[in-house]
Amino acid sequence: MKDLFAVVMLLGIYSLLSASFFVAMDAVDVAFTEAAVGAGISTLLMLVVITITGRSEKTTRHKPLLALLVVVFTGSMLIYGTFDMPYFGIADAPIHSHVAPRYIQESMKEVGIPNIVTSVLASYRAFDTFGEVVVIFTAGIGVMALLSVGRRPEENEKTTAIDDSMHEQYLVIRIVTKMLIPFILLYALYVQFHGDFGPGGGFQAGVIFAAAIILYTMLFGLTTARKVINQSFIQFIAAAGVLLYGCVGIVSMLNGANFFDYNALASDPVAGQHLGILLIEWGVGCTVASVMIMIFFNFAERREMQQNNEKINNIEGDSL
Amino acid sequence: MIIGLYNDWVVVVLMMIGLYIVIAHGNLIKKIVGLAIFQTSVFILYISMAKVEGGSAPILAEGIKQFSNPLPHVLILTAIVVGVATTALGLALVIRINEAYGSIEEEDIQHLDNQTQDETELQATEGEQS
Amino acid sequence: MDMILNISGALCLLVGSFLCISGGVGLLRFPDFYTRMHAVGVTDTLGAGMILIGLMFYSPDFLIFSKLVIILLLTLLIGPTTSHVLAKAAMQNNLKPKLQQEDNIKETSSSNY
Repeated sequence: MKDLFAVVMLLGIYSLLSASFFVAMDAVDVAFTEAAVGAGISTLLMLVVITITGRSEKTTRHKPLLALLVVVFTGSMLIYGTFDMPYFGIADAPIHSHVAPRYIQESMKEVGIPNIVTSVLASYRAFDTFGEVVVIFTAGIGVMALLSVGRRPEENEKTTAIDDSMHEQYLVIRIVTKMLIPFILLYALYVQFHGDFGPGGGFQAGVIFAAAIILYTMLFGLTTARKVINQSFIQFIAAAGVLLYGCVGIVSMLNGANFFDYNALASDPVAGQHLGILLIEWGVGCTVASVMIMIFFNFAERREMQQNNEKINNIEGDSL
Repeated sequence: MIIGLYNDWVVVVLMMIGLYIVIAHGNLIKKIVGLAIFQTSVFILYISMAKVEGGSAPILAEGIKQFSNPLPHVLILTAIVVGVATTALGLALVIRINEAYGSIEEEDIQHLDNQTQDETELQATEGEQS
Repeated sequence: MDMILNISGALCLLVGSFLCISGGVGLLRFPDFYTRMHAVGVTDTLGAGMILIGLMFYSPDFLIFSKLVIILLLTLLIGPTTSHVLAKAAMQNNLKPKLQQEDNIKETSSSNY
């Protein structure tokens, strides 16, 4: 397929399908994340990139035979490897006998939260999750370092004028979006705080929150969105989320327990666990949301800059 | 029955599709799409491993005894979000490459690179001769 | 009372599934972009809406009922909007609807792609 737009849309559909597959496999939290991230944000980012780089692929493709050979060989080796795997769905596979029974049986007593995924994510494996959050933060910084452009305020007025003139064109969708955005934000907060009891948590909430802001940015233009959401404030929040997460660990250390051992946060161990999970979910949510917004803003700014350059080039070409 | 391994085979097929796209296509965005397919196949591997026949979603409720394994869910949940962050980083690199070379085709980039290398070598030899 | 609820729920579900299937058939069979989009619009507004209403008849308690109502409102709000935006985008990219098949087969076949 030569049209990259179709490729990206198919990738989005594939993500959505795999999300419904995850629901069938009982992984509701994962399905939630995949639907929000795979079908939403990553498709969107790829679309922004193909508007910059052009949407068609060059036709030349050399040596597909060798690639096919490599792929078939690797695939058959992997298939050979699967013969040692336990069969699908059986309850006494090795994976189910190691730590999972403890999580399932003890987590209500030790952590006091019905959603086992949240209690494992935020309490038993909090250190691991901390690493993931730092990775996300680092990726955000990386994108910023690669793409951020210096702002030129004198151009802003022109672009706002263009936006206003195109208002008629987007009238319906803008009004509907205005109606929807409060609900999306409210839903993100619900997901954030209801993550202890049902599917949800900081990762999903952050992505949904970012999706609302990105929707706003797409419809009302980058300049308007920049006025609403302060860039440096977003960067501050991204860092503050990671800091909050780390601080919870430090505080539990200062209270005489291990790093991320929330039992020490309050006099009652279960209350301490609740407090700790609430705080680090906040940290995760803040970081994920602001990093996603940051990434999208940087991509969109690049695109705007490129378009402006093209416009200037066109004008210069005309005058010549 | 050997057919009980079909989930692994689906994963292998998806993984190989992703790998093939990464190897055979020169377009950088397609390469990233291939990586995304590869990534999702790994997610499917983990999640299908966690499934227990007759189990329910790992949210404790009364009257349910059998749960699917929550640990792979946790690992994949974070992996998905990290995956999108790294994909964004890759796309950012693609944009910078596009700005530097004016193309996102691997061949063109290689060609341009070779040209500049030849030029610098040429200049170097000229410098030595003079 | 239970009987009436059951039957009306089943009826709604049946109508909804029929609309979804006919939307799918239409997506494959209709000649041009706008009619296909109409088929999709029927599927995700009326088809999904009828299925949701049918499920409401079956809902055991008020919480599930209210959740279904919220989902219905959301689909009713978003479905038509997306159709509208799609049609508008197609119009702006000079994709003309195929009005009479005899006259302008050539034009549309060139502008379709």
